Amino acid sequence: MKKVKNTIVKYKLFFILAGLAILLLLPLVITKSVYMRHVCNVLIFATLASSLNIINGYSGQMCLGQAGFFAVGAYTCAILTTNYGWSFWVVWPVAGCLAALMGYLVSLPTLRLQGIYLSFVTLGFSEIIRIIAQTWTPVTGGNMGIKGIPFPIIFGKELFKPHDYYYILLATLLLFLFITSRILRSRIGRAWISIREESNAARSLGVEISRYKSMNFTYGAFWAGMIGAAYAPYVNFVDSSQFSLDTGFDALAMVVIGGQGTLIGPIIGSVVVTVLTESLRFLQYWRFVIYALIIIAMMWVRPQGIAGASNSILAGGKIRRSSRKKAISRNR
Amino acid sequence: MMSKNRADAPVLLEARGVCKYFGGLKAIENVDMTIRKGDVFGIIGPNGAGKTTFFNICTGVFAPTKGEILLHGENIAGLTPEEIARKRMARTFQNIQLFKFMSVLENVQIGCHINTKTRMFDAVFQTKTYKKDEQYIAERSMDILQKIGLEEFAEMKAGNLPYGSQRKVEIARALALDPEILLLDEPAAGMNPNETMELREFILQLNEAGYTIVVIEHDMKFIMNSCNHILVLNFGQKIFEGAPEQVKANHDVQVAYFGKGIIARG
Repeated sequence: MKKVKNTIVKYKLFFILAGLAILLLLPLVITKSVYMRHVCNVLIFATLASSLNIINGYSGQMCLGQAGFFAVGAYTCAILTTNYGWSFWVVWPVAGCLAALMGYLVSLPTLRLQGIYLSFVTLGFSEIIRIIAQTWTPVTGGNMGIKGIPFPIIFGKELFKPHDYYYILLATLLLFLFITSRILRSRIGRAWISIREESNAARSLGVEISRYKSMNFTYGAFWAGMIGAAYAPYVNFVDSSQFSLDTGFDALAMVVIGGQGTLIGPIIGSVVVTVLTESLRFLQYWRFVIYALIIIAMMWVRPQGIAGASNSILAGGKIRRSSRKKAISRNR
Repeated sequence: MMSKNRADAPVLLEARGVCKYFGGLKAIENVDMTIRKGDVFGIIGPNGAGKTTFFNICTGVFAPTKGEILLHGENIAGLTPEEIARKRMARTFQNIQLFKFMSVLENVQIGCHINTKTRMFDAVFQTKTYKKDEQYIAERSMDILQKIGLEEFAEMKAGNLPYGSQRKVEIARALALDPEILLLDEPAAGMNPNETMELREFILQLNEAGYTIVVIEHDMKFIMNSCNHILVLNFGQKIFEGAPEQVKANHDVQVAYFGKGIIARG
């Protein structure tokens, strides 16, 4: 295992470039639109789960309402492009910023809350957004939703085929990874992680935890909004049922299965969950049982997720005995 | 640093009539304290005397029910721990609160937080500020680890270290703040006599280097040998404040530690 890791670190640039090449050429290999749709779904959920991972995985807050921010982004995009004729490229950042603003507002009253109480508030927020979308008919179309959301146009070409849209989604995910990895390598990322690890100690070292928690929430919500805005034209139709709590829980399951607090984890989680749901479709409703069993087994065997490190607070908060002994003997 | 004429040194941290009640429990009742620059100031008292509560009031974990805490003459009572840390007062905890799953180096790096100013913009575009900050953090944290003798464990997870070294990491992390005054809550707890000796040496070295140090400790030998001024608490009240020799000779202190009967007979 360690050998594998070392090789990956050694040829990091090579692996990244090879991975990028594969990702860029993927639409040429997968010719069928149906399959390409699955790939696009993976990308959408990977980004959504990653944005949730910012909040849950890095600062240790427990947000269950990611579907709410996703909905804010999607509806902003749908309303502005369909009813007001704005260009997608203008609406996109606007939608992200609006979701970020929502995230900021939700974070304010929740700064004093932790754990399950924070979860309740975010859960409630997500439902409020969904109910607003369902009932505010003049703006959101109510139960009818919004149809015929225009596809983005780039260089005079309308991107409506999944093969083309794939690149927008891929770009979103890559941009997210690039920016986030830079933030995590700065004092901001370290402050987030310190809050997750031991918030009292972080405070005693001058980390303003309220400020960083709310910054974290805002940032996570921003990306949920961004992917929401990219999602709306892709499906061409939004209604409130797409943003139920289930969506939020799906994203959460991906984060947990893939590995919280790692950049690659939610992406792996998204691939695993999407492949499972599609390949088990023949089982009809039974697939949810299988899905649930996998999550339970996962929590049992590998609570830190597929990509998570075993020596992490997310793996159940135990320091491995063997490494501790090694440390002690080295010290003597 | 320990000047012979303590009275000449400027006052750094002062408590005036500090009270802390938890409902009907008077955890701290009317405590005064004066810490001067260059002190190694000890706070002692039997179990449950309110030492840690008093510490927590000074560092902003609790707001006092009554009274003032003055740092450089400015009232800091009721400020949050992070605001107080920015005023260059650092602390360690009685029950070690390390970032257990982060490396020793990262622990110290987080201590550099208040002395850097990278914003999100700087981090994303890796501006000059970011580069300067990261370089500062890397140099300073390695420097501190070297001074405290932990550089070979820099990459190890902090929770894997033996107990004594974990306490050292906590001190290293507090030092990264570049504090003027360092508050240590039972730094020698759980250490063997050798480690305690080393720690004492280290604390005195820090004091030489210009840090003012406040220390809570149970180990009398440790306190008597390293402090130049001592505050004695019992049942939340101050029973004595003075130099170690005076403390040893004081009747009230003896009663608090040994009980009335023994002292009367003795």
